[in-house]
Amino acid sequence: MAEKLKLEVSDEVAIKIQSMNKWFGSFHVLRDIDLTVNRGERIVVCGPSGSGKSTLIRCINALEEHQTGQIIVDGTELTSDIKNIDRIRSEVGMCFQHFNLFPHLSILENCTLAPIWVRKIPKKEAEETAMHFLEKVKIPEQAEKYPGQLSGGQQQRVAIARSLCMRPRIMLFDEPTSALDPEMIKEVLDTMIELAEDGMTMICVTHEMGFARQVANRVIFMDDGQIVEQNEPEQFFNNPQSDRTKLFLSQILGH
Amino acid sequence: MSENNSFVRKEMISERIPPAADRGLLKWVRENLFSSAFNTIMTFISLWVIYSITIAVTPWFLNGVWDAKTVRECYDLLDGKSGACFAVLKERFPQLIYGFKYPSSEYWRPNIATVLLIVALAPILFRRLPRQLLIFTAVYPFLAFWLIWGGSILTSVSAFLGCAIAVICYRRFSSRSFAIAVLISLIAANVWWIIGGYIVDLNASFLSLKVVASRDMGGFMLNLLLGTIAVCLSIPLGIALALGRQSGMPIIKWICVVFIEFIRGVPLITLLFVANVILAFFFPPDTSIDLILRVLIMMTFFNAAYIAEVVRGGLAALSKGQYEAADSIGLDYTQSMRFIILPQALKISIPGIVNVSVGMLKDTTLVSIISMFDLVGMIRGPILSSTDWNGVYWELFGAAAAIFFVVCFSVSKYSQWLERQLETGKR
Repeated sequence: MAEKLKLEVSDEVAIKIQSMNKWFGSFHVLRDIDLTVNRGERIVVCGPSGSGKSTLIRCINALEEHQTGQIIVDGTELTSDIKNIDRIRSEVGMCFQHFNLFPHLSILENCTLAPIWVRKIPKKEAEETAMHFLEKVKIPEQAEKYPGQLSGGQQQRVAIARSLCMRPRIMLFDEPTSALDPEMIKEVLDTMIELAEDGMTMICVTHEMGFARQVANRVIFMDDGQIVEQNEPEQFFNNPQSDRTKLFLSQILGH
Repeated sequence: MSENNSFVRKEMISERIPPAADRGLLKWVRENLFSSAFNTIMTFISLWVIYSITIAVTPWFLNGVWDAKTVRECYDLLDGKSGACFAVLKERFPQLIYGFKYPSSEYWRPNIATVLLIVALAPILFRRLPRQLLIFTAVYPFLAFWLIWGGSILTSVSAFLGCAIAVICYRRFSSRSFAIAVLISLIAANVWWIIGGYIVDLNASFLSLKVVASRDMGGFMLNLLLGTIAVCLSIPLGIALALGRQSGMPIIKWICVVFIEFIRGVPLITLLFVANVILAFFFPPDTSIDLILRVLIMMTFFNAAYIAEVVRGGLAALSKGQYEAADSIGLDYTQSMRFIILPQALKISIPGIVNVSVGMLKDTTLVSIISMFDLVGMIRGPILSSTDWNGVYWELFGAAAAIFFVVCFSVSKYSQWLERQLETGKR
């Protein structure tokens, strides 16, 4: 694995979550979550399935509604006010496990739709921006194709470019590589590493522990809807404190 | 590894064509007609059936009489041979197409309206055509009303201007609040219509065509009129109902569910009787809402309820990820519906919408039961009951079937073409 990235983290707060709770019906998915993310941080969230990692990052851009506690993103508190939610969503990019590209629109249209209609940017300018980011994720030649004609790895990179076109200040990744063939995982991770090098604030739910070691400045381990342990990657992998963390790490790194 | 399992290819095999029996026509015949003993027998039986029908029907067509004044004259000309009496179609052609009361001097008006209908529908049906044509599409309904019903053109112009004013007001105020924009545009349009009504009354003869009342419409023209308007209005209404049914707002959802379930639970013919007879009891004695309008409202509601359920199926077929992706890039509800959800849901719904709409087109013949003289009404009523053409069932109903088949088959072919056009590769 490549060398650990050394990147600056500012002390400006990007996301602040305070004693946040969420239930699905009577099932308590997130319990007393406290988390502060500074600008420029790269955080990897891991944990067994059903531990609430995805739900946590989905709460940050209000795809899921939290019931108690506070979430403040970029100084705006997430409430049920639809205007706040739309503002935060246009500042926070999100990549999904299954890409969720729009199959009826070309790659270029996928990337320009939101800038044109949400940011009110002229079409030509939006297309230039889109091409810039498609070049960044190394697939400008696919711009006229449709998502169905691309491989999984290419689709995920388009999804990243689509988010970047909104010029977000924070990027959320929800298991971006777990639906991909091993060959394609690397090309997506490389794109994410580049993004980190540019100083993007990132929260990434993933099981790619190599990526965590190389890119993250903090690893969070969740189980049963709570944050069990968080630490710098070195400490987290080499010297885990909680028994639950040790068990989890032995299971995913044990072969 | 043992010696037997080891293998290295020296030369790659190049492509070869399949054997002769697995190519072209021969392959098709073998696979589709003679693939087994049973299928071979079925093929010969089918050929025999097709042959017998052709032998029986061909003379009937070929001996057909096209020039005769009455059915009796037909039989005299046939002189005992088997043959059709197509003369009825020729002699009663205007009645079959326009009904028996539409003034024959004015036939050019519905003719022009039909030709222009094709022009107006073209930019909606074919995306490649220049978008400027849509302006004509917007004007067409008002123009067609003037052509078919007659009266002063000012009536149509005033109605069109009212709608235009409403659209302009809505655009102007929609950035503030949806509800306020709708309210203001409704008020503005109604104020204009009141003013416009006076202006029209003062100049009633300006560019005036002979007025034709609704009860004088008939023949296939009536079917086409009812079918086209009901289908065109019910698609947007159906989409709105489907979205309303999914709405998070309980009152809207409740209204849509009750509307859809009620209309779907009632036969169309019942609704038509309601339109014909019962609705009159709900209006003050001296007001009369046009019969065609009443029938149109019922047909639109009926079709919209079915389309709503078809579209709901399309909406449900989309993955939740599409809604979430649209939300996550910051699109609001209207934008995500317009650009992401509806284009995909409607594409999935095309076969269902066409299915329902073709059904509606054919169901327009039900109006013959509430004594409107559409194509079937004309045949059952004035034509068959006349002494001249008594008993000429096959030719007349065959012709009606042929006309409807041509229209419905074209619609179905168009929809298949559209589906292929919208195909953008696998998901």
